[in-house]
Amino acid sequence: MTELLDRWQFGVTIVYHFLFVPLTIGLGVLVAWMQTLAYRRKDPDWDRLARFFGRLFLINFAMGVVTGIVQEFQFGMNWSNYSIFVGNIFGAPLAMEGLLAFFLESTFLGLWIFGRGRLSERVHLASIWLVAFGSTVSALFILAANAWMQHPVGYKIVHHKALLTDIWAVFANSTLWEEFAHTVLAAFVTAAMVVVGVSAWQMLKRRDVRIFARAASLASGFAAVCLVATITTGDMQARLMDEQQPMKMAAAEALYNTASGASFSLLTIGNLSGQPIFQIRVPHLLSLIADLSYDGKVEGINQLQKAEAKKYGPGSYVPVIWLTYWSFRLMVGLGILMLVVAAWTWWLSRKRSRWRLEDCRRTLWVLVACIVAPFAANTFGWLFTEMGRQPWIVYGLMKTSQAFSPTVGTGSVIGTFAGFTVLYSVLGAVDVALMRRAARQSLDPPAGEEGAAGGAKGEEVAGLVY
Amino acid sequence: MTGPVASLNTAWFALIGVLWTGYFVLEGFDFGVGILSPLLAADDVDRRITLNAIGPFWDGNEVWLIVAGGATFAAFPTWYATMFSGFYLALFLILVALILRGAAFEYRARREALSWRRTWGAAHAVGSLVPALLWGVAFTDLVRGLDITRGPHYLGGFAGLIHPIALVGGVASLLVFSLHGAVFLSLKTTGELRRRARRAAALLAVPALVVVAGLGAWVGVAIAGSPRPGTLPGAVPAALVVVALLALGGGGLLIARGREGLAFGTTAGAIVALSAAAFAALFPRVMVSSVTARDSLTVWNAASAHETLLVMTVVAAIFTPFVLAYQAWTYWVFRQRLTRPPATRGATAGPAGPGGSPVAASGDAAPTVLGPTQP
Repeated sequence: MTELLDRWQFGVTIVYHFLFVPLTIGLGVLVAWMQTLAYRRKDPDWDRLARFFGRLFLINFAMGVVTGIVQEFQFGMNWSNYSIFVGNIFGAPLAMEGLLAFFLESTFLGLWIFGRGRLSERVHLASIWLVAFGSTVSALFILAANAWMQHPVGYKIVHHKALLTDIWAVFANSTLWEEFAHTVLAAFVTAAMVVVGVSAWQMLKRRDVRIFARAASLASGFAAVCLVATITTGDMQARLMDEQQPMKMAAAEALYNTASGASFSLLTIGNLSGQPIFQIRVPHLLSLIADLSYDGKVEGINQLQKAEAKKYGPGSYVPVIWLTYWSFRLMVGLGILMLVVAAWTWWLSRKRSRWRLEDCRRTLWVLVACIVAPFAANTFGWLFTEMGRQPWIVYGLMKTSQAFSPTVGTGSVIGTFAGFTVLYSVLGAVDVALMRRAARQSLDPPAGEEGAAGGAKGEEVAGLVY
Repeated sequence: MTGPVASLNTAWFALIGVLWTGYFVLEGFDFGVGILSPLLAADDVDRRITLNAIGPFWDGNEVWLIVAGGATFAAFPTWYATMFSGFYLALFLILVALILRGAAFEYRARREALSWRRTWGAAHAVGSLVPALLWGVAFTDLVRGLDITRGPHYLGGFAGLIHPIALVGGVASLLVFSLHGAVFLSLKTTGELRRRARRAAALLAVPALVVVAGLGAWVGVAIAGSPRPGTLPGAVPAALVVVALLALGGGGLLIARGREGLAFGTTAGAIVALSAAAFAALFPRVMVSSVTARDSLTVWNAASAHETLLVMTVVAAIFTPFVLAYQAWTYWVFRQRLTRPPATRGATAGPAGPGGSPVAASGDAAPTVLGPTQP
């Protein structure tokens, strides 16, 4: 019971945390990019866009920070057996993340927020790039920890603890670099789709249409390129997964029996394990994904279960199939949908295009709706990765059922789980409301003309940020 | 299991001590400002000035906590696991407080409605007060010892943490951080607000001194009777507590005489001495078992193996200087005092505050005038 509650609490808090993180990573880069264009070209439009999206960046950043501390503490609070078992290896990237990434990110964010007009333009620009760099590097460290859970390397087991033998192996882990590329690219996509969606809304309302069209053009091109790269790295990950965690690959397809030239089902209605009512299948596609060969062999759940039970002892080694099956499809499907939408938008927004993006109102509404797509895809991707690894918390080394804190009572976990859920719901509502408000605001007047807008702000005291 | 004192284990114990100390010194003042802000601010502009005084720093300060936690996880996994699972509900309260506080910084100014600003202002104050209190409770508990049995398992629950001595420890940290925050605020503001911050600091110095003295004596008596194999002589933490008391008293006198910069250095020194006293009283233990000395966690039986400690030492040695350098630079960049714009209501501050000290006392830096010319 406690284990189940611990898992739910971790699941809810991490999914929630990861709604904010990708936007922080990606929007940091995009705002820095816009500010660079403003600086290099002395272009007031890009400066106004950088400030507009900078506001969204800050509201989102705050939520990412405060929900992140919970994650670091939770390993010790709810998963003390896990922490003792993995601490030698897992703790190191966490500590490095703080020292190398979070200090950089938070310190230079302070400089960026409060340094406008006080730092030179060049140093102010460098600050936002350092924030973006810090966020991106933080992903590397936390994914080094996660990749080790997916595919442990560079360790030996002594007295029921995993001890570090080779830190280079931990950072050279093939799983890490493919996860890192896929995750960071997806983060870029997330922010790009938000910029495109918000710009589309502004164009629909006919506000600063010319300027927001530039933002949409930049971001849709960036999104399309990053989506191609995200899909490519995802495909590479699938082959690595087939090698390192074959059960997860089989669970992704709900492939119960080993097959050569296995087909891939696009969707299934009815029972996944028995006779589906309706299914669309693409012949040989699963073999191509998993093995890069037309007739490659893909192992099935039943065969893998037998093999794992033989290797690790009795027990079920099968994850929750409906969840892995559907989360995998939804992630991939949303990725492809976004690619189509982003490429189409970019095509429309070219200078030589026959149409003008701002007049394609249906496309613009689709873009507004697509703001949720990357968040959903990110969530499905992580649900698939983490749930697909079950029953393992560290693949092949430790089961989730052995990992939780033995001294924390069920009542305590119920209390904190309820507390986090209520707090996060309230904050989520406030955050969405503030993000919406900021996204619907007009652009600031060009730099040097603030005085004109001073009266409109009423009681606001210019110069105070908080 | 024991080992040589001159070892990486000792070095990491010291480094984690430094990280917690840095956290308490830095976030100590921004907690203090958060706690005092509603009491010292005459209106919303004042309130905003106090929040903006810590605005560029608080997030970086909080990272000291994250790094202290991460370093404990990496270097002493058993300590991390036992403490964080043992202090479960206390840490939950701290997390909730830090979440509310962090959100409040960002959210409060985003809308002008009075109810909105009141709500987030209260969230910020409570979010500052709760951790300022609970960190004192937690560290007093660490020093006095807890019901830790072989496992290691702490089974005392939340009730086992709120021992009377620990509560005094909580009040002590609350008072010391508030004092530290008041001194910081007097250093960063001008005019009426600065005068009020100074007065608050002078008022807080006395109870802070009394409670810390009482805490030191009580903890000293409480732990004197228990067996403490291999620890430092009790005179070391005792001497550090005396240093802290002198610093608190000195800080009070200095702020009363308007020496804000020196007073801030002194209150920071008091926090350093108190934190050092706690870690000196612990060493070589990291969590003290009040059941049997054998079951205490130490820098040896709770630590990671050599390879991990070595890797982390190299990383820390290379990168810590950079972190210290750019954080120090931030404090330099934002060294100016915040002054009320002359146009706002209730403004009493000219360039010279009622305290008689010209604003230029802050150094060669001109005060930041918050006017409509600023972006």
